[in-house]
Amino acid sequence: MHKEAAIREPLILGHKTYHDVTEDVCKPIEDKAPRMWYILFGIALIIGLYGVGCILYLLGTGIGVWGLNKTIGWAWDITNFVWWVGIGHAGTLISAVLLLFRQKWRMAINRSAEAMTIFAVFMAGMFPLIHMGRLWVGYWTLPLPNHFGSLWVNFNSPLLWDVFAISTYLSVSLVFWYIGLIPDFATIRDRAKKPVAKRMYTILSFGWSGRAKHWNRFELVSLVLAGLATPLVFSVHSIVSFDFATSVIPGWHTTIFPPYFVAGAVFSGFAMVQTLLLVMRKAMKLEAYIHTKHVEYMNIVIMVTGSIVGTAYITELFISWYSGVEYEAYAFLNRATGPYWWAYWSMMTCNVISPQLMWFRKLRRSLLFTFIISIVVNIGMWFERYVIIVTSIHRDYIPAAWSMHYPSHIDIGVYIGTIGLFFVFFLLFARYFPVLALNEVKTILKSSGESYKNAPDHGHH
Amino acid sequence: MAERVMYAMYDDDEVLKDGAKKLVAKGVKINEVFSPFPIHGIDPIIGVKNTRLGIMAFIYGITGTMLATLGMRYFMVVDWPMNIGGKPNFTYLDNMLAFIPITFEFTVLCAAHGMAITYLLRNKTLPGIPAQNPDPRTTDDKFVIEVRASENAQFSSEELENMLKDTGLIELDQKEMK
Repeated sequence: MHKEAAIREPLILGHKTYHDVTEDVCKPIEDKAPRMWYILFGIALIIGLYGVGCILYLLGTGIGVWGLNKTIGWAWDITNFVWWVGIGHAGTLISAVLLLFRQKWRMAINRSAEAMTIFAVFMAGMFPLIHMGRLWVGYWTLPLPNHFGSLWVNFNSPLLWDVFAISTYLSVSLVFWYIGLIPDFATIRDRAKKPVAKRMYTILSFGWSGRAKHWNRFELVSLVLAGLATPLVFSVHSIVSFDFATSVIPGWHTTIFPPYFVAGAVFSGFAMVQTLLLVMRKAMKLEAYIHTKHVEYMNIVIMVTGSIVGTAYITELFISWYSGVEYEAYAFLNRATGPYWWAYWSMMTCNVISPQLMWFRKLRRSLLFTFIISIVVNIGMWFERYVIIVTSIHRDYIPAAWSMHYPSHIDIGVYIGTIGLFFVFFLLFARYFPVLALNEVKTILKSSGESYKNAPDHGHH
Repeated sequence: MAERVMYAMYDDDEVLKDGAKKLVAKGVKINEVFSPFPIHGIDPIIGVKNTRLGIMAFIYGITGTMLATLGMRYFMVVDWPMNIGGKPNFTYLDNMLAFIPITFEFTVLCAAHGMAITYLLRNKTLPGIPAQNPDPRTTDDKFVIEVRASENAQFSSEELENMLKDTGLIELDQKEMK
């Protein structure tokens, strides 16, 4: 059996048995939902429905209802898209990259982080669809035998690469997540007493048996999917960044974008995981599985990726001057000192300064501080995309065309609505799905569980 | 003909593994092991071969690479070459760099979904199939060894029973199966 150094902090606190793990995860699913769940679900549902209403109004009327104008043809739609895709990067990073690196602390958080990923990518995917204005012709982005004229879709365009990248990412993440869920659904199935629940979980668990051969395949499939998902995570946000990196607009002409966007995505994704898990562990009494050490590990990731993002901001600024291209230099000067200075400096404060506070051990182990920083980071990352997109185009080459972007209430409604829908999905997940990867946590119980780890009579030496 | 199947239940994976080793050393053929999570190191003991799904994933992936290459060559070079921004589209090689992202994505798409579908089919785990484990506790905290009398014809039922009881089990269940 695998042994761990004695000084390494245990990942599972307290004296848990295999059965306790099952109990702790299945109890919240089998019990009645607490009143707080209904309240939160109600709020999220109302906000989500308001967003759906705004989307329907937009589709019925046209994208003129957004606050766009002839200079700023892209604003909140693409900002929100990149923001959500970025958030949707943590889950697969946690479950795939950390699986390849054999990081055991991922096991307590990967299930919910991946659920978060999938819901975030759903939200992201909505924006390119609705920004077409005519949602019903969305399938024109696919390379269909062409009945629509003489042209195929343009395979040289990063926007088309996006279509492939996002749909591959969403579907592969979904499959990866579900393959891991099957054995855990079987656990709930075998415990279920109510006939409806039994039936539902029987369908969801696909008749899983737990045979040795099946586990053998399960482990290989998880490993290979992790191996495939790892470059996928990096490629997806690189491709999203190509939308801006390959353009010739000053400010959208930066080759540093792919690594900078990927780091930013991991940064914001982990922040969202922190926001959700800090609440969830408390509400579902999972403190023994997701504790200070896990939070600290995630804070270290936030600190590292935050530093990469900060370095990228400053490099980008330096190169705009060093390039000697006056339009490029102006675009960046305008970001920092022009009419959108407040967005630029919000971004700088939230994304560059706040993660540096994680160098202090006391702060990165403080749950309240982590919670606040996680929200600050996500606000900062929204501003980052807003700064890149809106400030780069609001002043183009002819001063007569200079303009400002003011969001309409539909802009705001659609954005807030996606946050509502996201929480609707996440709350449903927390209510009906095993939020911890039961089968994985059980495998590390003996090597990283507090009561086994440093027990004097441990193992066969 | 009805067949006698014995299910020995354990409450610890290490005990099951030691027990399985003992049984196999005595020449007992273990038909199956059921567990709530993968028991590392059980496969060679009970003679489960490593899966070849990895090879399948590779084949699906290569298929994806080829389809993407052929597809984009047809769309962008053969059927309707477009002059985009003055960049030439006359041969596949001229334009290949722009095709790499989609080639990669499509490779991953085919490999991941192909392997996942093959995995579910090979396991015979699909929506609507009833639970196949012998005891509902095997998805919680119990571990089961399944031994079939027909595969161990050299031993009598009593001998098998005694050998199983010697391995630290907590319960022994017997069933007649068709």
